[in-house]
Amino acid sequence: MYHLGRYFLMLKTLFSVPSKWTILWRRVISELEIIGISSLFIVGLMSLFMGGVIALNTAYQLTTPLLPDYTVGYITQQSTFLEFSPTVMSLILAGKVGSNIASEIGTMRVTEQIDALEIMGVNSLNYLVLPKIIAAMLFFPILIICSMALSLIGGWLALQVSGLINTEVYVMGIRSFFDPFHITYALIKAVCFAFLIVSVSSYYGYYVRGGSLDVGKASTQAIVTSSVVILMSNFILTKLLLF
Amino acid sequence: MIEVQNIDKSFADLQILHDITTIFEKGKVNLIIGQSGQGKSVLAKCMVGLHEVDSGHVVYDGKDFTSMNRNERSLIRQQIGMLFQGSALFDSMNVEENVGFPLTMFTNKSSAEIKKRVDFCLERVNLSGKNALLPSECSGGMQKRIGIARAISMNPKYLFCDEPNSGLDPKTAILIDGLIQDITKEYNMTTVVITHDMNSVIEIGENVIFIYEGKKWWQGDKKSIITTENPEITDFVYASEFMKEIRQNIQNTRT
Repeated sequence: MYHLGRYFLMLKTLFSVPSKWTILWRRVISELEIIGISSLFIVGLMSLFMGGVIALNTAYQLTTPLLPDYTVGYITQQSTFLEFSPTVMSLILAGKVGSNIASEIGTMRVTEQIDALEIMGVNSLNYLVLPKIIAAMLFFPILIICSMALSLIGGWLALQVSGLINTEVYVMGIRSFFDPFHITYALIKAVCFAFLIVSVSSYYGYYVRGGSLDVGKASTQAIVTSSVVILMSNFILTKLLLF
Repeated sequence: MIEVQNIDKSFADLQILHDITTIFEKGKVNLIIGQSGQGKSVLAKCMVGLHEVDSGHVVYDGKDFTSMNRNERSLIRQQIGMLFQGSALFDSMNVEENVGFPLTMFTNKSSAEIKKRVDFCLERVNLSGKNALLPSECSGGMQKRIGIARAISMNPKYLFCDEPNSGLDPKTAILIDGLIQDITKEYNMTTVVITHDMNSVIEIGENVIFIYEGKKWWQGDKKSIITTENPEITDFVYASEFMKEIRQNIQNTRT
């Protein structure tokens, strides 16, 4: 309860009017590169392989002649849009982005850089964390869309290489029973997870005490807590949005 | 002038500061000295609001800092420059960006004006032309001087220096002390230096406050600290064998 209370107090402080809007936007642009663009490669790579595995596993399970072949494309699309891209990619990003944020802010804390900001009269939370939250909430949906596309491509590649299903059938499966709301659902989740990953990781970094060992511990704690919070909020969002 | 009135500060059950009252005078280098773990840095952090006091007041030129809200404190803090023990330069910024940071944040100066002011501050600390270096490319002494340049970039009324000589060789330490003293006189600032370096006390200590077990134990100037018979102070000032020998010589000369 102590951490929860302090987390909400942190949010209250960070969501204040910035001293200068131009500086905020300059920092948002910089964070877009650090948080977003630098994650494109890992997200793309993971998505390609993930899509391939989903497609192959589905094809392997479909031994009954009662189910049409395009079911492979349909299940790949559903799994990717509903869970794998928004949730699994967010868990991976919690590891990459979360640890980076916690260690960056934690190091600034133990080397008194945050104290220096505060003494200058800068709202350090607003200056350091708000641009990261804005950048993540803007870019995570783009990453998730890329992930969706690459996952479907990965599925197609895997099926082509293994010669299980031809392109027309796979594409028909992807297009079958397509509900555009599933994209909206995935993007809502992406935005929520982006906020949680950055704010939770920043919390652990900002309140770290001690030295480099404690920064390492804070970084680990940030990843663990972000992952748990993502899975819990995933359940809540799924219940709220799909049922 | 900064007035500290009856400050108490505890962490959990451990009381660090006990009823500290003192005045830090304008235009002077005010030193807070004492052994490690006696509460010097906690006192300084209470004065700038990095720690909240349990009771008491910190008054900046008649304005009660302790009773201010975050925004009001921000206005006072813009008049404070601080040099940290580890310099606390921003890793991701070069020297010019570090020194110009407060100007970028709080003034509407153009880039050219900021550059001019940064160049002036760097020249003042003998670091002209080092604008493009990153903090990691600078020596400890250079980092301290960059810290001073950043601290004075906004023409502050108050300057805090937390152990400015820690980790520096004696020659560089004297250079930094001299710089702090010159800047204090030049800008008529209220300067507070936290140190346990006796060389600094002798070099620049115009108003010296000795903290012992979280209490203000003694206050005086650099001359009177040499001659005082207060046992806790003599233990601190003459801690080394070399200094003990000097003291013995002084006493022998007197008798």
